[in-house]
This record gives sequence, C-alpha cells and structure tokens, in this order.
Amino acid sequence: MAAAAAGTGAGAWAAQEKQFPPALLSFFIYNPRFGPREGEEENKILFYHPNEVEKNEKIRNVGLCEAIVQFTRTFSPSKPAKSLHTQKNRQFFNEPEENFWMVMVVRNPIIEKQSKDGKPIVEYQEEELLDKVYSSVLQQCYSMYKLFNGTFLKAMEDGGVKLLKERLEKFFHRYLQTLHLQSCDLLDIFGGISFFPLDKMTYLKIQSFINRMEESLNIVKYTAFLYNDQLIWSGLEQDDMRILYKYLTTSLFPRHIEPELAGRDSPIRAEMPGNLQHYGRFLTGPLNLNDPEAKCRFPKIFVNTDDTYEELHLIVYKAMSAAVCFMIDASIQLTLDFCRRLDSIVGPQLTVLASDICEQFNINKRMSGSEKEPQFKFIYFNHMNLAEKSTIHMRKTPSVSLTSVHPDLMKILGDINSDFTRVDEDEEIIVKAMSDYWVVGKKSDQRELYVILNQKNANLIEVNEEVKKLCATQFNNIFFLD
Amino acid sequence: MGEEDYYLELCERPVQFEKANPVNCVFFDEANKQVFAVRSGGATGVVVKGPDDRNPISFRMDDKGEVKCIKFSLENKILAVQRTSKTVDFCNFIPDNSQLEYTQECKTKNANILGFCWTSSTEIVFITDQGIEFYQVLPEKRTLKLLKSHNINVNWYMYCPESAVILLSTTVLENVLQPFYFRAGTMSKLPKFEIELPAVPKSTKLSLSERDIAMATIYGQLYVLFLRHHSRTSNSTGAEVVLYHLPREGACKKMHILKLNRTGKFALNVVDNLVVVHHQDTETSVIFDIKLRGEFDGTVTFHHPVLPARSIQPYQIPMAGPAAVTSQSPVPCKLYSSSWIVFQPDIIISASQGYLWNLQVKLEPIVKLLPDKGRLMDFLLQRKECKMVILSVCSQMLSESDRATLPVIATVFDKLNHEYKKYLDAEQSYTMAVEAGQGRSNPLLRRPVRTQAVLDQSDVYTHVLSAFVEKKEMPHKFVIAVLMEYIRSLNQFQIAVQHYLHELVIKTLVQHNLFYMLHQFLQYHVLSDSKPLACLLLSLESFYPPAHQLSLDMLKRLSTANDEIVEVLLSKHQVLAALRFIRGIGGHDNISARKFLDAAKQTEDNMLFYTIFRFFEQRNQRLRGSPNFTPGEHCEEHVAFFKQVFGDQALMRPTTF
Repeated sequence: MAAAAAGTGAGAWAAQEKQFPPALLSFFIYNPRFGPREGEEENKILFYHPNEVEKNEKIRNVGLCEAIVQFTRTFSPSKPAKSLHTQKNRQFFNEPEENFWMVMVVRNPIIEKQSKDGKPIVEYQEEELLDKVYSSVLQQCYSMYKLFNGTFLKAMEDGGVKLLKERLEKFFHRYLQTLHLQSCDLLDIFGGISFFPLDKMTYLKIQSFINRMEESLNIVKYTAFLYNDQLIWSGLEQDDMRILYKYLTTSLFPRHIEPELAGRDSPIRAEMPGNLQHYGRFLTGPLNLNDPEAKCRFPKIFVNTDDTYEELHLIVYKAMSAAVCFMIDASIQLTLDFCRRLDSIVGPQLTVLASDICEQFNINKRMSGSEKEPQFKFIYFNHMNLAEKSTIHMRKTPSVSLTSVHPDLMKILGDINSDFTRVDEDEEIIVKAMSDYWVVGKKSDQRELYVILNQKNANLIEVNEEVKKLCATQFNNIFFLD
Repeated sequence: MGEEDYYLELCERPVQFEKANPVNCVFFDEANKQVFAVRSGGATGVVVKGPDDRNPISFRMDDKGEVKCIKFSLENKILAVQRTSKTVDFCNFIPDNSQLEYTQECKTKNANILGFCWTSSTEIVFITDQGIEFYQVLPEKRTLKLLKSHNINVNWYMYCPESAVILLSTTVLENVLQPFYFRAGTMSKLPKFEIELPAVPKSTKLSLSERDIAMATIYGQLYVLFLRHHSRTSNSTGAEVVLYHLPREGACKKMHILKLNRTGKFALNVVDNLVVVHHQDTETSVIFDIKLRGEFDGTVTFHHPVLPARSIQPYQIPMAGPAAVTSQSPVPCKLYSSSWIVFQPDIIISASQGYLWNLQVKLEPIVKLLPDKGRLMDFLLQRKECKMVILSVCSQMLSESDRATLPVIATVFDKLNHEYKKYLDAEQSYTMAVEAGQGRSNPLLRRPVRTQAVLDQSDVYTHVLSAFVEKKEMPHKFVIAVLMEYIRSLNQFQIAVQHYLHELVIKTLVQHNLFYMLHQFLQYHVLSDSKPLACLLLSLESFYPPAHQLSLDMLKRLSTANDEIVEVLLSKHQVLAALRFIRGIGGHDNISARKFLDAAKQTEDNMLFYTIFRFFEQRNQRLRGSPNFTPGEHCEEHVAFFKQVFGDQALMRPTTF
C-alpha cells in the first residue's frame, strides 16, 4: 500500500483568466515505404488533416515523425517512441499495421492570463495531458476505421494506394470531427463495455430469443443484444464487440435518441390492420418498410480481420430500450422482403422481451435496494471481460461525456492507472487530493477499481475502511483482494 | 396400412376358456374379472379363470337347475349362484368351513332378483326389480344378515367394482339413474340424475338402454359414459359419447362430449385413462383423452378423436393344444365380430371362440400419427408406459433428419419439466410433512408416486443430450441452443440444474473454441457455481487465461472453498495474496507455516520470503509468546535459509514483559 499526497492545482485563479481545452492540431497517416527516394516524399502521405496545410509542411512534419521513430528505435527496437512532448503540443505515434503510421498532434491546454499592462500571456500546460489516454484515442481511431473499412492492407490489395486514400479521406474527414479531445479520460484507456445487470432467468430468455431469431432468419451469422445502451450478449469476439459497442453507444444510438424524444416518426405502427402492434424499427437500413422504393442498404463492418476476415452487413433493430444487432455475410443481397420478414418476426417478440426486461430490472432493483444512488463515486474495470462500471460519468451524449468530478481528480485517476501499468503485482494506492478528497486505486489480478471519497477530516485508516465497505457491498461476488 | 400404424392391440396372452355351447354356459364376473364355464349346470364341472391366475379353479356342483348368474366374492372366499328369480345359493370356499350350500331369499315380497354383486369378501347386494338389499354373509353360520335395503323401481342395474358404485335405472324412460355407494358395511345413496335423451318424434317411444351406458374410472374420477346415438332430427353430425362426472359427494355433472362423427354400432372401453370407441361398421376404433385441450362452451368440453380411426392390430389365434396340431399355421382372428362382448374397463370377450383379452394402447405408432409435438407430449405424459417413448421422441426431434424448430423443442422441454417439477414439489412437501411429524396423525399423507412421466435431468442427459452433443454433423450453434433451452426450461420451473449439464455446455463450447461465449454465460451466472465447475475452469486456464479469474470468483462465491482458493493462489506463486486472503477471512491462525514458506522460497524473491517469515514469527509470538517455530511445524529448513540470507540477528527476538 502506498500513500501519497498531491496538492493538485488548487490555486485561486484571477477573474480575467481564460482557459482553452486541448485541441486536435493535426492528424496524419503515412507509409515510409511509399516514397523512399528524395523528391517523392509526398507519396508517403496517405491522409493529412487539416488538408489545407501547405504540401512542404506536410512533408516536413511527416519526415520529423519518421525521424523520431527511427531515432528512438535505436534504443528500443521493439518499442519505438509512442509520444513526443513539447511545450505547445504532444504528438502520438501508432503503427497499427506494418509500416503504416498514424500520428495525432494535440495542443496542450492553454491558460490565457491578462498581464498588468493588459497584454495576454499564454501559458501552455505541458503536464496536463495523459499519454495513455490519447494513445488509446489514437488506437481507437484505427479500430473504428478498420471496423467499417477493413485493414489498410486489404484496401491496398483491392485497389492500391488510390483506393486506400479514398477510404481514409472518406472516413476520417467525418470521424475526426467527432473526437472530443477535451473530455477524454480513463474510460478511453479502458475502452470497456458496460454490461446490463440481469437475473439469470431473464438472461436465459434473451438467449432463447436470440437462438430462435438466428434459427428463423437462418442467414444471421452473429447477434448482439443490448439494453439501455448496455451489452447483454455478444456473438462477436471480444475485440470486435468492443469497437462495435463504442460505435453503437457513442454514435448510432445517440443519433436516434433525439428523434425519439421529439416524437417524430412515432414507432407505433398500425398501418396494417390485424397486424400485431409492436415498437420495433430499424436503426440501420430502411426507414419505412411500406415504401417500395426503400433502400435496404446497411453499413458494412469487418470482423475477425486477423484470421477469417469477414465482411458483414450490420442490421441494428430496436424496440423500446432493447436493441439487437444482426450481422449477415456481406455477400448475401438483402432485400426489402427480408427486412419486412425480419420486422414481422423480431418486432413483436422483441417488444415483449423489452418490457419483460424492464419489469424484471425494476423488481431486482427494488429487491437489492440499489435504487438509491450509490454514495461512492467509482470506476471499475475488468481487463478479462472488459466490463466497465462508472458512477462518475453521466449518461453519454453524442457530443461529450460528462463527468461529475473535477478534471484534476480525473487526472489523478489516470496517473494511478499509469502506475498500475508499470508493475504486474496487485497493488493499492491512496492519494490525498485537494480539499477533502481522497482517491483510492486498487488493482487485484486483472481488475482495477478507482474510488473518489469526500469525507471531512478523514484519515488514511478511515478511508481504507470505507473502500473495504464498498468492496463488500458492490463487489462481494467476485474475488477481489483487500 | 403398415404394422406400425395400429395403435390398439389385444393382449398377447388372452384368458382361454371353453367356448359357449348348449351344454356349456359362460359367465363373466366384472369384479374379479373371472370367466366361469359351467358345464351341465355344474354337474360335470365348473372352471373359473382369471387374468392373473394361471391355475384355474375347478369344482363340481349339483345341477339344481339353470344357472342365471355365478360369482365369487372378493378373494374367492364364497361362491354365489343364482338359479331362480327369488333366491341366491351360497357355498363357502373357506378351508375348515362347511361346504354345504345355503340359500337366501330376497326380502321384498313379489320381487324378482335381477342380479347380485359382491362388494367385499363377505358383503353382497341383491338387485331386484323393486329395490336393493344389502347383506352380510356369515359363512361359519351359513346365513345372511340384512344390513340395509331400499325400495325403488329398477329397470336394470350396472356395477362398477373399482369404485363400488351401483347404478340403478328407474322411471318409464329408464333415464333417471340412481347411484349407490358401498363401503365397509355401509350403503350410501348418492344424488340421482337424469340422462338427457335425444329428442325424437313423439310417436316413437325411446328409452335409455343398458347397452348405451358404461361406468369407468378415468384419471381417478368416476364417470358415467352415455353413448348418444345420432338422431335424424338434430343437427349433430353423428353419435357422441357424453361423460357425466359422478363425484363421491355432490351432484352428477355433465362434463365432456366426445364427438364420434359417425353413426352405427359402437362399443366402449377405457384403457390407460383413454376412452376407446369401437365402431363395428367400419371395424375401426378411435381414442379420446379428456385431459387434452378441447373446445369448452362454458359448461361442457367437446373433444375430437386424438388420432385418425384405426383398426385394432390384426390378431393371430395361437394354436394351443396337443403338440400334433402346433404345426398348423395360426388362424387370423375375426376382429369386431358381432359375438364380441365388451366389459369395462378394458375387456373384450369372444364367447364363441373362448377368449378374453385385455385391450392395450401402443404408444410408438402414435408418435408418427400426431405431428403436433406439444399435443403429443401432453398425450404421452398421461400414459402409464411413456418414459422410453418420450425419450425417443426427444432424441428424434434433435436428429438431423427430423429436427424440430427451437420453439417446438422449448415446448417439449417445458412440458417435461412441468411434470418433473410437480413431482419434486410433492416429494418436498411430503418430506417436510414427515419431518414435522405429521406422518402418524395424518393417514392421508402418502409418499408421492413417481410415474413414468417424471423425466429428470439424469434421464434426459443419459438418453438424449449426451448422445446428441456427440453428433459431429450437428451445427454447434444448434447444439448450444438446445442445451441452453433445456437449462432455461429447468430454471423457469425453478429446478436446480445439475452440474453435469453445465459441464456438457462447457465441453461443447470449449470444443468449438467459443470461450468468449462461455465467459458471458459465467458472467451472468447461467452456469451455477459449484466446486467441480470451478475446477473444470481451472483446467481450462492454459487454453483461455481468463478462466483463472472466473474460477477464483466462483470459489469465492461458494464461500466453502477457501482452502481451494489458497491452493490456487499458492500454485500461482501469489503467496502474499494467499496470505492476505486467509487473513481477511480470519483463518490465518490455523494455516501451515511450512506451506507458505515453501511457496515463498520457490519464488526466489528474498524480500517476499522475509515478509512471509516475519508474518509467521509474529503469529508464533502472538499465539505462543515466542517467535520460534515449534518442531511440529517442520520449518527448520526455512529458519536455516532465513539465517543464511539475512543473518542470525534478523530473527525476531522474543518480547519479554
């Protein structure tokens, strides 16, 4: 057990201070093999954001990154530099496929002060950004690209550099706008999955439902089931599910929440008399099944890229809070008839199931008495199943993920996590933060737990006791050393 | 029609008796199910054969006139013979009792005896055209004592020995039935009821015929079955059988109507709680099951035949007799012959051929004739000999060629587990009642009978699932879906799932490298915690590292596996973690120091060894007042190692007060 005190940024700031959060400066992808000779350097660049940057500057920046990586490789051949710290910014390097490099440059947060003579003084906060957080963000960029486009190599095989460049341009042009670098934190490192708590019987009913659906829609290869944006079942392997989950919960679902709330395209459909009423609808694919012109185009995703390399249609279908993803081999042409059939089979059953789950969930909540808000603020993560639980983060919105604690505390969590990464042993770190806050980090086997406590005049022993209590109530059914 | 199509058959070993002819009269006693062959009024011999006794009873009696009726009392104690319309003669068959005949005349003046029924080994009822008389026979005194009598006009009567109920037909139309119930020397009159006769033109006088009434126990309840013939005036499409429920207490109530959809001559049997209706014109039979869902109109339930009409399976008359004739080929028996007489519940007699058969239902052919698996299960679960047939239905629906859809499989599992759960509940409440000491005070308390319809997890595992998962050609998705469906069904009925089923799931998942699926199942506790399961998971660690964590979690939840947890941690060289765990649960005073020191030494981490060594020194100090290890702890080697690495002065000094 290690205890340390950190009086983090508690100083009172002058009223005229301005703060600027971290921001994306540039983002580029290159392959040094594509332009090895002098004068051909431009060929190396596969994607560059912002595109407006003058050609020579692009070449210079890429060359610099290349040089840094090459230089650090001499010291550590297997692990070259991951990031470069400068006063104004940080650069993150990632080589997701051999010789393909992705670089993300993030500007450090800035505080702009008013000097006595009225001139603004810009102060870069060099130590604010956490390497692990932004390296993870960069890796996620690649994973997300790969989910919808397949590997870089595959694009090269299919249509050479030209095709790869097109795909990169098409994807990252939009995707980079959705990066919210100012609100990245520990959860981005974990890239975890929130699982929906459920009793055994309801879970088995869902299993039964999935198996029946896969049987009657016999072309379905994989199915995933979510409730309330939380995962219940994944037929996909863990790594693929992790990134699909990220896409669903941070992009697809939030996009559909607003229309639902606004009451547009009301999901109750009673057009067909005598038809079973249900609340099912497609989140991907056709919007209106009665429109004979409706297009049955679904997003394509790529999974198991390391071995079988499968390309699949992604059908996301939702009824109330329950969402099912059906994944079908991309070589199969999906017709409007199929969509109608799916709607008529899945819709009614999913509607019933969704209300079952809701009912059961409320019963369980009442029984366990957990409807009261937990007093503890904590983040839990299990590397084995990627299960993640946070009482610190509010519900994710498409724009930002809100936390209920001060960013300084979040930074301490990130620091503790970095410490945990350095050693394999189980350990525990307790930090006394500003005002009355205590931050506790525990690592037991593959699990990590971070707790933020706010108790007046608490001492180390009391804090330790509190955390023990939390473990006993929240994590009593797992093996968690104390 | 293939042989597998017949679902009714005559029993293989019929009771054989001498054919009826002018000198040989044949009688059948429904109570004892005995056939009496009386030659020349008994003078040249009486032979009595029952279905169970292979040794017939033979005796002679004097020819005192034509025998009208002859029956043994229960247990063959006393023989009663009616030769006149006023009297019944008795003869004791009890050893040491006089075998001289004695006679009882009916008490009511000018009454004629219609017949008599034994209700126990010494109690007899005379039915006369003017009422009934209930007697006790005193064999040693060779007299009868009148217990009770009742005056009522009687057209005809019917006796159901299983329920000891006699039904009397009264009134001009013969359709008002008066039941009496007999038990241990008492006779009770039950409420009378009227059978509704079909409406007919006033010109024709229609009365209720004895031939159209039968009494039988179906699913433990007594029913009066009335064969209502098709009447041209009504719109009905054919004859029907109307079932009146006759309870011990309360009024008789019309409950079920079996639609025959045909007209002509019918006969009824009840076999294995099924009503069998034979139709002579077409020489076929149909069966009805009143427990299967029918159409309920608010008062009665209408039923249709469970299966298409089929003939009874063709029967070859075995050529018994002298060895010389056995070479003759067996003779096909004429089925549905007009000489057949049918008795309840399941007896068919051919007096002219000298055979008595029990009718039987064959279940295997029904499987093919009833395509609706849910209905088939409902039907089979009510049958006596259903277990192997049900198991074969289960295997069949999981086979490549006859594979059923998952919803059907789910329905079948649910029906099986519904029966299974009913039995488990009954067994549990019995056990609880016995433990509460109610066994002696409550005579009604009986251990529940386990019928063949109770198919437990081991049956399904042994006969169906274990073979099913071995089939290579089965897609693994289907195999897992079926196993999960069975587990879901068990859970739905709150039946604890046996760990061998969980093992089967794990084995199948592991075989197909579906570890992530397994992980998710465990995460939601679908596979219940148990030590064997935790050990199985541990063994999977080399294929799937997260299995280690899953196993430890499971052991932790079991809360009885703390020793195992320590062993697992020590085997992983997590000595400190093991020690902290055991300290956390307060077990650190009882652990072996040597085991932990051994493990610490193996890590070759001297600081760890120091920490562990110091911990035990402190324990010794606390428990025994000295930090030294006792010889019984066998730690000399470790003390020497400690000294060697850290020096003598590093050993803890005993604290003195």
